[in-house]
Amino acid sequence: MSNDAMRPKGHVRAGTVLLLLAVAVLASLPAWGGRRELHLCAEFCCYLALAQLWNLLAGYAGLVSIGQQAFVGVGAYALFLGCVLSPMPPLLGLPLAALAAALVALPAAWLLFRLRGAYFAIGSWAVAETLRLAASQLTVLGGGSGKSLPIGVVHAIASTRGVRDALLFWLSLLVLVGVMAGILWLLRSRTGLALTALRDNPATAASVGIPAGRLKLAVFAGAAAATGLVGALLFLNRLRVAPDAAFDLDWTTNAMFIVVIGGLGSLEGPVLGALFFFACRELFSQHGAAYLVAMGAIAITMMLWAPAGLWGLLRGSRGSSLFDTRRRP
Amino acid sequence: MSAWLDILVQGVLLGGLYALFAAGLSLVFGVMRVVNIAHGDFIIAGAYVALAAGTALGGHPVAGALVSMLALGAAGYLLQRLVLQRAIGGGVLRAVLVTFGLSVILRNGLLLVASPDSRRIDAGAIETMGFSLGGGVRVGVFPLLVLALAVGVILALQWLTYRTAFGRSLRAVAEDPDTAGLMGVDAQRVFALAMAIALAIAALAGTCMGIRTTFDPAAGPERLLFGFEAVIVGGLGSLWGTLLGGVCIGVAQGIGAHIDPDLQQLAGHLAFLAILALRPAGLLPRREDA
Repeated sequence: MSNDAMRPKGHVRAGTVLLLLAVAVLASLPAWGGRRELHLCAEFCCYLALAQLWNLLAGYAGLVSIGQQAFVGVGAYALFLGCVLSPMPPLLGLPLAALAAALVALPAAWLLFRLRGAYFAIGSWAVAETLRLAASQLTVLGGGSGKSLPIGVVHAIASTRGVRDALLFWLSLLVLVGVMAGILWLLRSRTGLALTALRDNPATAASVGIPAGRLKLAVFAGAAAATGLVGALLFLNRLRVAPDAAFDLDWTTNAMFIVVIGGLGSLEGPVLGALFFFACRELFSQHGAAYLVAMGAIAITMMLWAPAGLWGLLRGSRGSSLFDTRRRP
Repeated sequence: MSAWLDILVQGVLLGGLYALFAAGLSLVFGVMRVVNIAHGDFIIAGAYVALAAGTALGGHPVAGALVSMLALGAAGYLLQRLVLQRAIGGGVLRAVLVTFGLSVILRNGLLLVASPDSRRIDAGAIETMGFSLGGGVRVGVFPLLVLALAVGVILALQWLTYRTAFGRSLRAVAEDPDTAGLMGVDAQRVFALAMAIALAIAALAGTCMGIRTTFDPAAGPERLLFGFEAVIVGGLGSLWGTLLGGVCIGVAQGIGAHIDPDLQQLAGHLAFLAILALRPAGLLPRREDA
């Protein structure tokens, strides 16, 4: 870290320029990309946002959850419920989804924070399963088989398909940038410092007066809200929601693969991980089960022999970074 | 009235199976402080091995179960030595992620070697044998046998832990692997043997499950959750508590299924969450943890 501190600021600035350039190029995609590219890139933004949020919980807050699909599902269901039951503009469903996910996260945290470590992980999974089964009982949204977004609502998003695709892509990009900027801001703040202290040594952190319970609750609920927002966007793109798809364990599995392969506990890692994940998926996913066996094996290998992930291998011992997460007093 | 008595009896019998799901999970956590997230997938793998071996050996499910227990036990020993040992001591995160990755590999690996169709293990006449307790309550011989096996496994584990030299090393490494090492206990070997025993029990549980119900490659996570819920409801570290926890989940599922067949699993999960809210230490907490 001290080595990093002595690096000229220009290094970080070059990274920032590179990132802004990447966002600008991506933002102009609707002007030159096809429909398939738009969908793929919107999906990429959502997956990366989910991975960053999982990384915030596991890599910084010490909350290893395998139940984040609960909040993807709650977000998606809140949006669809809002659109089906009331004549509200569909995009208003996005903040509603975030709110619903945060409201579910509070009692869930109250229960789950009683479980330590690995038991918290499986407990969060049990909560997600409970919510999936509860969603299957919602007859207004088609019970277990789910429901499509009514055609009137689809038209209310945007008049034509091209405009709708572009709009949803921009929203996904905006949410991704917002999530990453939010995490960066959080980590640079006093709260971020407290969070890292708590992760690295809970006893010492408590002894200097860090309110562990309140802090973890706030991060858990915040991450849930953002996860719910991403979930709503994902299913707004798909135009159909069903319990098995919305509360699918794969939402968390994929986020985990992206983070572990890219590099846990950094903001750059998941970006690399997501690029790797999508490249693999586009190239090999037709192999189905064999592809997933390989992904699992890669993730285990990285976790055991290269725990800092691709980003750790890339940055080497020089310790350079694109996102400076050190505290700015 | 007799309908409720029937639900209670069937729930208790089902609870025996859930206690078998949970026993290996509980053992590994007790010794290594690691939760094996792939445990449910090992149960399913155990069922497949028992099915294949039983068929190859002339269709006897007991032979299948024994082969499956030996195979999974050996796999557990090697897995612990070669892979999982590296994940111990790296914090919760590392062990959770490695066993989670293992779970994805097993689930999809099973899909590669077996078809996604549901399978069952044929155990012959015992499947349909049963006797009446009167009042319309009927007890199946095989479910009762599973409950007896669960009690037997718990007794055996307690005997092993508290009455044998191996059990002494087991308790020593659970307490403090470094100090146990200074006393000449090979902690890594003890860990590997504990994992072998845990997965052999998983294979037994898988075989019993395969005779009672159908299974497919994707059924693992659900078994993990049932076993996990039995552990938490019963109270961490208490094997009899785990049996009681399994019975609670089984009875809750029975009540749910009685109201509406679709509510069976939801009722089990809700019972778990209710116990977590009201008695976070479980029904039979071990004294030193309480």
